[in-house]
Amino acid sequence: MPHRTLSPLARCGALLALGFLALTGCSRAPTELVVYSSRNEQLIKPMFDRYTQETGQAIRFVTDDAGPLIERLAAEGKNSPADILLTVDAGQLWQAAERGLLQPIESEIIKTNIPAHLRDPQSRWFGLSVRARTIVYSTERVDPQDLSGYEDLADERWRGRLCLRTSKSVYNQSLVAMMIAAHGEERTEEIVRGWVANLATEPFANDTRLMEAIVAGQCDVGIVNSYYFGRLVRDKPDLPIKLFWATLAGEGVHVNVSGAGVTAAAPRAEAARKFLEWLTEAEAQAMFAGANLEYPANPNVAPDPLVAAWGTFQPSPLNVAQAGELQAAAVRLMDRAGFR
Amino acid sequence: MAVVAAELAPPRSSRAADLRSFLLLAVLCLPALVPLAVVLSAVLTPEVEVWSHLLQYVLPEVIANTIVLVVGVSLGAAVLGTLLAWVTSACEFPGRRFFEWALLLPLAMPAYVLAFIAIGYLDYAGPLQSWLREVFGSSRWVPPIRSTGGVIAVLTLSLYPYVYLLARAAFLSQGRRAQEAARSLGMSAARAWWRVVLPMARPWIVAGAALVAMETLADFGAVSVFNYDTLTTTMYRAWFGMFSVNAALELAAVLLVFVLIVFAFERRARAGLRFATTRDLSQQAPRIRLRGARATLATCFAAVVFGLGFFFPVLQLVLWVVERAAMDLDARYFEFVMHSVVLATSAALIISAASLLVAYLERHHGTLMVKLLVRIATSGYAIPGTVLAIGIVVPIIGVNNTLQSWLSAWLGPSAPALLLQGTLITVLLAYFARFLAVGFNPVESGLNRITAAIDEAAVSLGAAGFQLVRRVHVPLLRTSLMTAAILVFVDVMKEMPITLIARPFGWDTLAVRVFEMTSEGEWERAALPALAIVLVGLIPAALLTPRGEHVA
Repeated sequence: MPHRTLSPLARCGALLALGFLALTGCSRAPTELVVYSSRNEQLIKPMFDRYTQETGQAIRFVTDDAGPLIERLAAEGKNSPADILLTVDAGQLWQAAERGLLQPIESEIIKTNIPAHLRDPQSRWFGLSVRARTIVYSTERVDPQDLSGYEDLADERWRGRLCLRTSKSVYNQSLVAMMIAAHGEERTEEIVRGWVANLATEPFANDTRLMEAIVAGQCDVGIVNSYYFGRLVRDKPDLPIKLFWATLAGEGVHVNVSGAGVTAAAPRAEAARKFLEWLTEAEAQAMFAGANLEYPANPNVAPDPLVAAWGTFQPSPLNVAQAGELQAAAVRLMDRAGFR
Repeated sequence: MAVVAAELAPPRSSRAADLRSFLLLAVLCLPALVPLAVVLSAVLTPEVEVWSHLLQYVLPEVIANTIVLVVGVSLGAAVLGTLLAWVTSACEFPGRRFFEWALLLPLAMPAYVLAFIAIGYLDYAGPLQSWLREVFGSSRWVPPIRSTGGVIAVLTLSLYPYVYLLARAAFLSQGRRAQEAARSLGMSAARAWWRVVLPMARPWIVAGAALVAMETLADFGAVSVFNYDTLTTTMYRAWFGMFSVNAALELAAVLLVFVLIVFAFERRARAGLRFATTRDLSQQAPRIRLRGARATLATCFAAVVFGLGFFFPVLQLVLWVVERAAMDLDARYFEFVMHSVVLATSAALIISAASLLVAYLERHHGTLMVKLLVRIATSGYAIPGTVLAIGIVVPIIGVNNTLQSWLSAWLGPSAPALLLQGTLITVLLAYFARFLAVGFNPVESGLNRITAAIDEAAVSLGAAGFQLVRRVHVPLLRTSLMTAAILVFVDVMKEMPITLIARPFGWDTLAVRVFEMTSEGEWERAALPALAIVLVGLIPAALLTPRGEHVA
């Protein structure tokens, strides 16, 4: 009988189907908060666990890049199970808000704890930790007196001495977006062309490799996020490199944020607001930033001692929302300038 | 399947049967067709502003880069895979038994991991060049690893096993015999190989190279570690950088043009091949015993490829695990491994079974429409995972929302909340769309070599319909089916974007773990899950080889 030969396969299929049904059928408790996060598991899970411990509020989450998470949120519409979108870049939050996926939250606690330039002007999202992108230099070959702003790295005296990360990095995209906000497109394109002309080698895929190249002598200066520098010197404190607090348009260090907002369709918006408020308070702020050697967004909270040792800096006063608004223009500008 | 089997018996099918099988095929391939429809429909609403920018500043260079990369990697993998398959399946040299199995292993190593390790070692700041500078004062003469040559070399090393695995199946089944026959007709060894053995293995080699070409087109991980700009990286730039997912989908449509070219090449390379005889396959001619310098050369060749593609990268992963990542190892890893294995095994079973069915429908009702449909359904393999994932997850969310509104209308506020998009069914449907080609190509090549004469002989002996399949074809196809299952298994183990977007809450796999570590650039800490992926990937590779010797 031909049918008999099918039966192992059929049995197997039936088993699989049963398994999937069992999994699909798992319904969530309706009080559980749901977070879509592009900040990775090991940085956020300890926060969730602590909050659950303190308040009894259970939290579920799913991690992915922000791009797919935002598309998923948009497609899910009013049926979305998500309450909170958490990202590692202001541009993505700006885009989610722009597409109507986040709702404004009026909270005095958040307004008090988080400075205005790290918040969406319409209160749909706000920063939770600050990521400073600044200049790193070789202490063997560069006198810090010669360093000033990001713009200065386009000067001819850095010819063949500059290392940059790829323009695909969202951190470079937001830096250039902020430069457009400060200087306009024309002047910014000149600067970026100057950077490209000064490159010692092809752009790197990540900040760590870039700093290793400076240590090895391939180049003398570069631009990196401070926490990558922190990770490197935590393991090897004697490396001949240091951070220099650069200025954007003479005003302060370019910063981006890792931040969050409550989704437009959040089934538990009130609980979500409470959790986000908790995240802006002192204890949570120290944990949130400390886990990745970032700076707390709440200015009253001290950074990790290792981070504090690099000195204090004045952040650029431009609102981080502009990084999102001008990001597409920045990407196009970098394409035109040949910054790969 | 029984329905299909009944239709297999008549050698010539009627028009109605053709139509029925076309419909069956269309339903079967639906999950693979949906994302492609999404990609193509994006073309209807062109992002004019983004496109005029891309055309002027980005696409000329990026398309040239893509062509160079795909041609370079496919050729490299075809040559490397075929040579290695031949020496290990037809020759005898020191270490042959070990290498026969070991040369498969780079398959389990994700290309982006190999890329990261290669750059770490060979770049200016890496140990090799640092040592050269210490000893000779300069390392300027070392060719830069972060270059076109570098990315081609790394992708070739990680993808050649596709060709190796398929070409080996070909050589094992008739290579030595054919060589012997040709030589008995007076050809020199080299000529016999070139004129007889190689052409007979061509469907396999080309099928393998086509998989390599598609995988290269879809690759995002390795090329971005090299900062080498391709159509794929441009898609991500349009989507994540310029916030235009539509432009990304449109670029994917451009990529489909490349896939059509790959298919055209594949067809051409296979055209005119008819396999008329398959003698007693279990009887093998003796291996060619290599001696002296030739034996040394064969051993060294195999050792170098194995060393670069597997041994040293794994050693590096082990060192990182010992140095940094050991603290990450806890009870949850058992769960990560289980989740990965469950997904990879289910996908391997489903996709190889479906591939067999698709290949049969094509064989027996191979109208132009059917052939076209199969090509379209298998082209998802060339689409970058994240874009393909969106192409399938968004429609499933649409279905979910529709069902939800029906349910809510029926049950009111007490209706349960559906979440189809966060289930394993969605994950597997998306794997199906992505990896159908990986299962289909080996099965189809295997089926090609089962000649009409075999069918006729079997039918004349009373084996018809499903019996023909079960008693004659399945045994003959065993290696091809195993190959298909293993390739899918290993590919799913490494797969990241689909698993990320569609997995149920908390259903983390080893690949998800790699994402968690690398998303903030902590590559060394990703060594533990990466090593686990490699180790689990070894299991099916180990299953395959001992059998390969005896089966067609």
